[in-house]
Amino acid sequence: MEDWPETIFALLRKYDVKQVALVPDAGHSRLIRMCLADNAMRVVTLTTEEEGIGMMLGAWLGGQRSVLLMQSSGVGNCINMLSLATLHRTPMPMLVTMRGDYGEFNPAQVPMGQATQPVLEAMGTLVNRADKTEDVGAAVEATLKFAYNTYRPTATLIGQRIIGAKTFGKD
Amino acid sequence: MLDRRELARAVLSERGDLLCVAGLGAPAWDITAVGDTPQNLPLWGGMGGAAMIGLGLALAQPSRPVLVITGDGEMLMGIGSLATIAVQAPPNLSILVQDNEHYGETGGQETATRHGVDLVAMAKGAGIRDARLITTMDQVAPFRAAAHARAGLVFAVAKIDAASKPLVLPPREGALLQARMREAILGPAAHLE
Ligand SMILES: Cc1ncc(C[n+]2csc(CCOP(=O)(O)OP(=O)(O)O)c2C)c(N)n1
Ligand SMILES: [Mg+2]
Repeated sequence: MEDWPETIFALLRKYDVKQVALVPDAGHSRLIRMCLADNAMRVVTLTTEEEGIGMMLGAWLGGQRSVLLMQSSGVGNCINMLSLATLHRTPMPMLVTMRGDYGEFNPAQVPMGQATQPVLEAMGTLVNRADKTEDVGAAVEATLKFAYNTYRPTATLIGQRIIGAKTFGKD
Repeated sequence: MLDRRELARAVLSERGDLLCVAGLGAPAWDITAVGDTPQNLPLWGGMGGAAMIGLGLALAQPSRPVLVITGDGEMLMGIGSLATIAVQAPPNLSILVQDNEHYGETGGQETATRHGVDLVAMAKGAGIRDARLITTMDQVAPFRAAAHARAGLVFAVAKIDAASKPLVLPPREGALLQARMREAILGPAAHLE
């Protein structure tokens, strides 16, 4: 069986995603490497995650599909900008690697990690979760389809049970 | 000090297939005063996001010139996007900041540019090689030509009069604004995607 980052990458290709906006997260590092190696995808590293929301609107205006990759803390940076998705009815799929979620070591990750899903939902985003490796493909595919077919912000939260908790050597 | 409406009129003259994204508030009213068209996306919100919308659009439509017109306050809120955009450097993107050194829309409070913050220097520091200051109307035509040339990312700050102008409001329905621009670019098939 292929690993979950390969599964996501194959889905981005299947759905013809041309612009990949991201602020790096360790959990997304393999997926980011695959996107960078693909000449059909434009990878744009952002200074803050909300830039990706504007970029996804621009991409859709110009007829291209896009996706935003970020960790859960970045969701907080996007809150107001997500108004654009609802206002303009723009497909904005987000793939969020969770921190502050399951076995977290870093106290700073907990407030935003615990608020990630309510905050997205408060801004009109359809959210699903994947907490087992075998669920990632179906969840991400639903998020991409929901966004591109029904014109709205959508998100898959990839749980820390899948990614593993970073323990800074203090297991 | 340029007049903001005269500036917008000059920049958008003989615009051909140029697409224009305008930051919320006065810049959106300005491009609408020149003439509302499906090739305009006047923003009603998303403060700080105008330049990034321009980036996504310019990357998706490399054969068309894309112009972002926005305020100094709006540009300052998304100032990090200058770094993001400089790295991508789409040759068909230009950004024009209408710098009145104030948050005009909210009652005329001073912005950082009033206190010496230099947006041209910040753009240059981000790596945008063609970053210019416009203080007279005869500098506008060369900027307009550069925006149409699709020969490199261009950033300009135009110092404008702080006086506010009569409101000229575009449609408020964001779905309409998006759909009409998509149709202008992609044809009626845009609505079947
Ligand atoms: C996130 C956010 N903060 C504050 C506002 C309120 N606001 C609307 S327009 C504006 C000022 C815009 O100033 P500038 O971009 O310089 O345009 P000007 O009116 O001066 O031409 C502000 C602060 C807002 N709409 N959104
Ligand atoms: Mg201003």
